[in-house]
Amino acid sequence: MLSIQNVSKIYPSHSSGKPTVALDNVSFKIDGKEFVSIVGKSGAGKTTLLKLILAEEKPTQGQIFFDGQDVHKIKKSQLSQLRQRIGTVFQDYKLFPSKTTYENIAYVMEVMGVAEKEIQRDVHQILELVGLIDRADNFPNELSGGEKQRVTIARAFIHRPDVILADEPTGNLDPYHTLDIIQLLVKIYELGTTVILSTHDKEIINSLGKRVITLDQGKIVRDEKRGRFIL
Amino acid sequence: MFSSFKRIIKTGWKGFSRNIGLSIATILIMVMVISLATLLFLLNPASKILISGLQEKVDISIYFREDALPGDIQEVESEISRIPEVKNIEYVSREQALEKFIEKHKEDPVLMESLTEIGYNPFLASLNIKAWQVSQYEQVANFLETGPFKNLIDKVDYHQRKSVIEKVFSITSGINKVGVFFSIIFGAIAILIAFNAIKIAIYNSSEEISIMRLVGASNSFARGPFLIQGAIVGFIATLITLIITFGICYGLDSKIRVIAPELSIFSLFLSNFWTLILIQLVTGIGLGVLSSFIAVRKYLRI
Repeated sequence: MLSIQNVSKIYPSHSSGKPTVALDNVSFKIDGKEFVSIVGKSGAGKTTLLKLILAEEKPTQGQIFFDGQDVHKIKKSQLSQLRQRIGTVFQDYKLFPSKTTYENIAYVMEVMGVAEKEIQRDVHQILELVGLIDRADNFPNELSGGEKQRVTIARAFIHRPDVILADEPTGNLDPYHTLDIIQLLVKIYELGTTVILSTHDKEIINSLGKRVITLDQGKIVRDEKRGRFIL
Repeated sequence: MFSSFKRIIKTGWKGFSRNIGLSIATILIMVMVISLATLLFLLNPASKILISGLQEKVDISIYFREDALPGDIQEVESEISRIPEVKNIEYVSREQALEKFIEKHKEDPVLMESLTEIGYNPFLASLNIKAWQVSQYEQVANFLETGPFKNLIDKVDYHQRKSVIEKVFSITSGINKVGVFFSIIFGAIAILIAFNAIKIAIYNSSEEISIMRLVGASNSFARGPFLIQGAIVGFIATLITLIITFGICYGLDSKIRVIAPELSIFSLFLSNFWTLILIQLVTGIGLGVLSSFIAVRKYLRI
């Protein structure tokens, strides 16, 4: 499903200093219905890797293939179709501040042209799944961090994408909410969606017992099927 | 397709109503722009009326010799009326000239006594000639002074009035040129101000637009609601401007007529009502939509 081939991302220097190497010749494959954790210290390149998969940024070198298609050769006007197959859980939530919880989640289905009745049914279901049915009419500024992250997960999953990219979804949360979020992601995985989780939380990784790709200074140092958090 | 369009309109309306403070500020700026467009539109016929009124006051007069016969004068009048540059001729006989003088100066005993002292009618028969254009008086005067009637004519008073006529001509053509120049300059400034106001309003939503793209919205689906917001702002600004224009034209009409009796701005407003609405709608909605389109482009590059 997803193939990363010799990908490097280098940010040029804005002064006379050295350029920043965010990713250095990274290669790996992810088949369908996998739960993959990408771990590493802050600045290891985890978020950059997810941005490249989403085509939010372009790699300096290398290629990324999604279902056999090079994502960086897709025309800008057709990028939306790729992104409709990917659900993203952003570390900073990226919720629409002027839309309610319901509207934030429904937006992705509206983008895909789904009928209103179907949207109402599915959003209702997913609000129950993430435990936010009572918060449907609240705006993001009225929600806690944990609630916002659950809205983000709901929005990422509502349209049953092929892949969910979760970028440090528990980075701003306390341990109780962290557990909730991870359990949600596991539930989504068990429903048949590939999940790519980026995190630096040791406890999460060790509790999952799933594939772990370890990044250090932009390079893959370890790729284990049943991995643990080791740096 | 239609349901997507409905959604875009609904989202656009929600975006407008949920950012009401910013929307109102943008509307007020658009009102200023549309008001300027309205002013420039109404100034055109108003200045034409004023200029025409000014030009109406300009004429030249031919004074005939004392021995000129009425029949000869009529022949001259008939010949002159055939000149294409001549708009209007008024014949004033010696008796009529005397009556006008007495009517005008009857309260002045010195003038009345002087007239009695003279003992006869000192006034000459005359023709007052109005040309279509101020620039044509010179031609008419030359024709009269060198043409077949010069033996009947005592005086053509063009040369005494020449400097006044030239001044009127220069003022009126100057008004036209300056008017066009300032219309273009102020129009461009106003459009830039409105564009920047909308750009600032959309900057407020720049992150939202990026998020829309990241979650899979196409360019048109992301852009659509902002175009709708631009159109709503333009439409409401047009309505407000129309009401203000009506109020000003109605309120100031009588006051302006004291200074310029020939100019009724309220009549001007009514006679150009539908054209005015069209201009205001095109300016308001057109500018709102176009500005939104250009402002959103920058944030759709993700």
